[in-house]
Amino acid sequence: MPKDHGIGASVKRREDIRFLTGTGNYTDDITIHGQAYAVFVRSNVAHGRIVSVGAEAAKGMPGVLAVFTGEDFKDVGGNPAGWLIKSRNGEAMREPKRPVLAHGKVRHVGDAYAAVIAQSYNEAKTAAQAISDASVIEELPAIVDMRQALADTSNRVHDELPDNECFDWGWIEDNRAKVDEAIKSAPHVTTLNLINNRLVPNAMEPRASIGEYFPGTGDYKLTTTSQNPHLTRLLVAAFVLGIPENKLTVVAPDVGGGFGSKIYHYGEEALVLAAAKKLKRAVKWTAERSESFLTDAHGRDHVTKIELACDLEGNFIAFRTETMANVGAYLSNFATVTPTFLHGTLMAGPYKVPNVYVNVKTVFTNTAPVDAYRGAGRPEATYSLERVVDKMCRELGLDPFEVRRKNFLTPDMFPYTTPVGLAYDTGNYHATLDKAIQLGDVAGFEARRAASAAKGKLRGLGLSTWIEACGIAPSNLVGILGARVGLYDAATVRVNATGNVSVMVGAHSHGQSHETVFAQIVGAMFGIPEGSIEIVHGDTSKIPFGMGSYGSRSLAVCGQAMANACDKVIAKGKKIAAHMLEANEGEILFSDGVFSVSGTNRSKTFGEIAFSAYVPHNYPLATLEPGLEETAFYDPANFTYPAGAYICEVEVDPDTGKVDIASFTCADDFGNVMNPMVVEGQVHGGVVQGIGQALLELGVYDENGQLLTGSYMDYAMPRADDVPFVTVDHSCSTPCTHNALGVKGCGEAGAIGSPPAVVNAVLDALNRAGKKIDHIDMPLTPSRVWSAMNA
Amino acid sequence: MIDFEFVKPLTVADAVKALAAEGAQALSGGQTLTPTMKQRLATPSVLVSLNGIAAMRGVSVSGGTVTVGAATTHATVAREATAYPALAALAGGIGDMAVRNRGTMGGSLANNDPAACYPSAVLGSGATVVTNTRSIAADDFFQGMFTTALEEGEIITAVSFPVPLKAAYVKFNQPASRFALTGVFVAKFADGVRVAVTGASNNGVFRWSEAEAALSASFSAAAIAGLVVPSDDMIADMHGTAAYRANLVKVLTGRAVTAA
Ligand SMILES: Cc1cc2nc3c(=O)[nH]c(=O)nc-3n(C[C@H](O)[C@H](O)[C@H](O)COP(=O)(O)OP(=O)(O)OC[C@H]3O[C@@H](n4cnc5c(N)ncnc54)[C@H](O)[C@@H]3O)c2cc1C
Repeated sequence: MPKDHGIGASVKRREDIRFLTGTGNYTDDITIHGQAYAVFVRSNVAHGRIVSVGAEAAKGMPGVLAVFTGEDFKDVGGNPAGWLIKSRNGEAMREPKRPVLAHGKVRHVGDAYAAVIAQSYNEAKTAAQAISDASVIEELPAIVDMRQALADTSNRVHDELPDNECFDWGWIEDNRAKVDEAIKSAPHVTTLNLINNRLVPNAMEPRASIGEYFPGTGDYKLTTTSQNPHLTRLLVAAFVLGIPENKLTVVAPDVGGGFGSKIYHYGEEALVLAAAKKLKRAVKWTAERSESFLTDAHGRDHVTKIELACDLEGNFIAFRTETMANVGAYLSNFATVTPTFLHGTLMAGPYKVPNVYVNVKTVFTNTAPVDAYRGAGRPEATYSLERVVDKMCRELGLDPFEVRRKNFLTPDMFPYTTPVGLAYDTGNYHATLDKAIQLGDVAGFEARRAASAAKGKLRGLGLSTWIEACGIAPSNLVGILGARVGLYDAATVRVNATGNVSVMVGAHSHGQSHETVFAQIVGAMFGIPEGSIEIVHGDTSKIPFGMGSYGSRSLAVCGQAMANACDKVIAKGKKIAAHMLEANEGEILFSDGVFSVSGTNRSKTFGEIAFSAYVPHNYPLATLEPGLEETAFYDPANFTYPAGAYICEVEVDPDTGKVDIASFTCADDFGNVMNPMVVEGQVHGGVVQGIGQALLELGVYDENGQLLTGSYMDYAMPRADDVPFVTVDHSCSTPCTHNALGVKGCGEAGAIGSPPAVVNAVLDALNRAGKKIDHIDMPLTPSRVWSAMNA
Repeated sequence: MIDFEFVKPLTVADAVKALAAEGAQALSGGQTLTPTMKQRLATPSVLVSLNGIAAMRGVSVSGGTVTVGAATTHATVAREATAYPALAALAGGIGDMAVRNRGTMGGSLANNDPAACYPSAVLGSGATVVTNTRSIAADDFFQGMFTTALEEGEIITAVSFPVPLKAAYVKFNQPASRFALTGVFVAKFADGVRVAVTGASNNGVFRWSEAEAALSASFSAAAIAGLVVPSDDMIADMHGTAAYRANLVKVLTGRAVTAA
């Protein structure tokens, strides 16, 4: 029988009981007595000068309580960028202010320039429309295309800047000359121009916030959909509104997905707090789906040229990329690190390539802000690399499996510092590739291809061997690189008097199963039932100062903090046990929930020790405090480096260009696995998102900056019948060397590794059918595939 | 959504009377109208539900004709129009279960979305659209995107389909909405073949007369192999170029003939 509890068991998710029975508690489920409703007045044009805001129009309308405009916030702070990037010439990036409400100019469709608070949602909405109708906004030409944005300095998203560039970053600048030289003298160079398509995050739960103010104490409370409540508190309190941090509680209750988009602080959160203070009543805002499309931070949106230099046997000599990355109209909190340190540093892949240089120019445009979205920079790096490797293989007539094998780093080479500055600690890329080949039955491909051909379908096989850096991140290192925050995490483990345990963690699940998996770890460490352990998260008044969930960091960083706090509890328990058992501390052993004296049958259970810590009648009070509660902050020594090999098989209908995914196989190295079922779920979800990016999803603005894909009528999300059963394996594990749990992180892997596997498979199918097609930009819609075949 | 009055008459006559009120609009399945109201793009002051009118619901068969009440849901048509399998299959492929359980044939035809499925069945079958005042031949009913022969306040009460010898509808999904990026309905009658295309043209649902002629001579996919579909009037958008839609018209027509 498989294990049903403890580390490595596929324990069923305790969260599902409430999520699947409609008894979850999301922000919009909460109604505060006397609550009023906020509706934002949003720009209909992409770029415009605000001549006048028709706030007067709402005065006296039914239910209207207050109207706010950009004028009300012009003297408070802006929502800051969390990471300072320097350009190649040493200049600091440009950081235009991102106000709570637009002032002077509107800079993207959906940019809020006023807000109405009313007794009811409907009244607020009607008043918002009246304000919109009464406002005068002089439309300016929209800046949408990145190339044009860089070329035309006369039309600028931010008038105070000299042009539309945020920064021009080189990584590593010192590599540049050597890489240029290596490419010039290489026997073969493959060049590929590609677009990493803009994605809309589409969390199932739209963003929502409730602001409260308590006049008696001057305290504020923000209930909001956040992956990162402490960071939101820091930003909204200290940077934007100037509220003392200790006077603001931020609570993120159940969060229905985020994919990155809920890491950040948004202006709506500041607005509901300011409005609550002014009105002395709670103010709620819940986004409509169309607002989510227009204002949630989008993902990706890179235009890249990548060159791969190699010898004629396919041994890599150099990679060089030039990328334009769209940051949209304002800098979202991590918009500047995503296309740089989360992207450029991964550009060596799992390969022993000696020369790599990455150039990224980030560009302001009149579009929604762009920031980290599941994978954040690493999918973009992986896509560029894995696509150009396949193109090179076609050009030189080489086998894509063999080329990867001969270029992989080998296990004996770790620790290994890449030419783009990361220090990989461990991995076995040959093992995961071999595993994927076996599970994906590559040997049987020809037979399947013949069977497809007999049905008139073109079958292709695509490979992607990916690596990422997650478990974000060592604060020392990221500080040197420009981070304005630390990236440790924290946990408090409180053993209660009756022996059950409350664990307060800084990570915040928005779907990842922390409540289940974290309890498995604590249960195993303490030797107590998982059912007696509660995971508390998402409330700054309860948890230690943590940095939230993103970058596949929850387990590798916060989980390790929690394990360290458990170790401290055990250490203290040993001291208590030593006293009670009249032994030396050094003689006390702890296992399976029992403290015992080595070599004797004298022992105390975990529960007995907890009880005596809180009822300290026979207790070493002179040397030990009562209570059994410990906190640990943990700052990782390095990133973690999950890696894997993905194989995708597709069938293409040559008459319609429609791509069907026939099979998808993942062999991943996530280090030690705590709950295989949860890991599989994470990979399934990530792969489905990657398939979405590869085949379906595209955020498109027209030349006037109108979002053409502003609803599900035009934005294609993957549905169950768009995706195959995904085969997931994580048996080729090389435990992380620098955290005690030996874990790496699995949350983003699927979304990182899958898009190039899908696209490579489609191109393989077309090329096998005699169509010399090197590239089709994602998403590979039927129309695009058919058009490429019939060009 | 802004406030409105709601009435649910039991007869067509009462519905017609209610629709005469200022700002009144018919509500059938609400699968198009309610989202539009939520976006405040439609702001009727009175909603006249047609769902209480028993005479407008259900599928009946008489001789070679299948008649569908205009307020019959897609799910009911899918289940009960067994006498006209191609029509039942089309209804079963509209939207998802929730949409099929509410959406109705009358609502779909009155709306005449250029990517809707039913218009191709009605035009492809040479059906008759029956209203509270008259009977309208399919060829006269559809007048371009979102435009029909209906007069202000006129209610579709039923649609009569002559059952062909063979028929099939083949729909190619628009990837996001899963409406028809292009859909083709082919029906073979004793006196000839009708081919109606939805989703493809800037002018809404249309008959592809060259294919009708070729298929009337020989009902096989090969019969249309030599035909070229001009792309001039085809819709071009992010989901498909005009040339792509023109290609789909031909590919799907061939598949529909084979499936019929
Ligand atoms: C998610 C989703 C997916 C869908 N997918 C598809 C699809 O794949 N294919 C497809 O064809 N459709 C699809 N639809 C549309 C669906 O079929 C709708 O049911 C249909 O378009 C409208 O029918 P209804 O009964 O809901 O009409 P309503 O929304 O109630 O009304 C639509 C319009 O018709 C008018 N009207 C309604 N009944 C009558 C009548 N008897 N006489 C005169 N006027 C009338 C109303 O006043 C209104 O203007 C989809 C809809 C949704 C929401």
